[in-house]
Amino acid sequence: MAIAMRVRAGSGEIKVLMTHPSENGLRKDAKSGQLIPAHFVKNVVVAVNGKTVMDGQWGGGISKDPYLAFKVKGMKVGDKVTVSAEDNTGDKGSVEATAS
Amino acid sequence: MNRHRRTFLQGAASAGLVATAIAAGLLKPGQVLADWNAAGFGATKTADALAAIGGSGAAESKDITIKAPDIAENGAVVPVEVVTTLANVESISILGEKNANPLVAFYALTDFDGTLATRMRMGQTANVRAVVKAGGKVYTAAKEVKVTVGGCGG
Repeated sequence: MAIAMRVRAGSGEIKVLMTHPSENGLRKDAKSGQLIPAHFVKNVVVAVNGKTVMDGQWGGGISKDPYLAFKVKGMKVGDKVTVSAEDNTGDKGSVEATAS
Repeated sequence: MNRHRRTFLQGAASAGLVATAIAAGLLKPGQVLADWNAAGFGATKTADALAAIGGSGAAESKDITIKAPDIAENGAVVPVEVVTTLANVESISILGEKNANPLVAFYALTDFDGTLATRMRMGQTANVRAVVKAGGKVYTAAKEVKVTVGGCGG
């Protein structure tokens, strides 16, 4: 299943919001008492006009529906921002936005 | 056996993630450390996690500010913002020192402009630590966050 996400870019800042359970594998299901298997995003890469500005690695300590925001020098209106991610089950997602 | 290898093996044993990933064909042996820092994310002690990301012996720095709530009612979602005036930032790592796996995130950065925010889980009241590599040197800062309800299970 693809990882759903949104990206907004503008005023030198890139914001990414994903829809993902980000389970760390340590939590128990409240009803069954069984451990919920680990299911979290491991890699997130952000590029501006094809140049990687962030190569991120995440563990299960990232919250459900991961959020990421950061500032990049020299970003201009019209720049193409791409975000791609992959989780520990091999699911992938990517999204593109134009800086405003 | 050097320290990194030992840490790596310990981390792999505790998490089991590396073996699983290799078995699933997602990662080839030898690429593991480059693609995803299994030793760091699998470490169960802050000192081991710091060693795995090259953050041991980082200098405390006033040029790093961690913005996080003094009290987090819900440990499952703790907003954390790292602001730094350090020049030539190469990477930022974020750790929850008493989490089951302290290392939460590692970001390699290019053209970074001083501010990075994310949301993390915290198991209990602890320091949130940021490790910033800039200009070839490693700096660190921490801020205590009191957690009312843990968000890591256990």
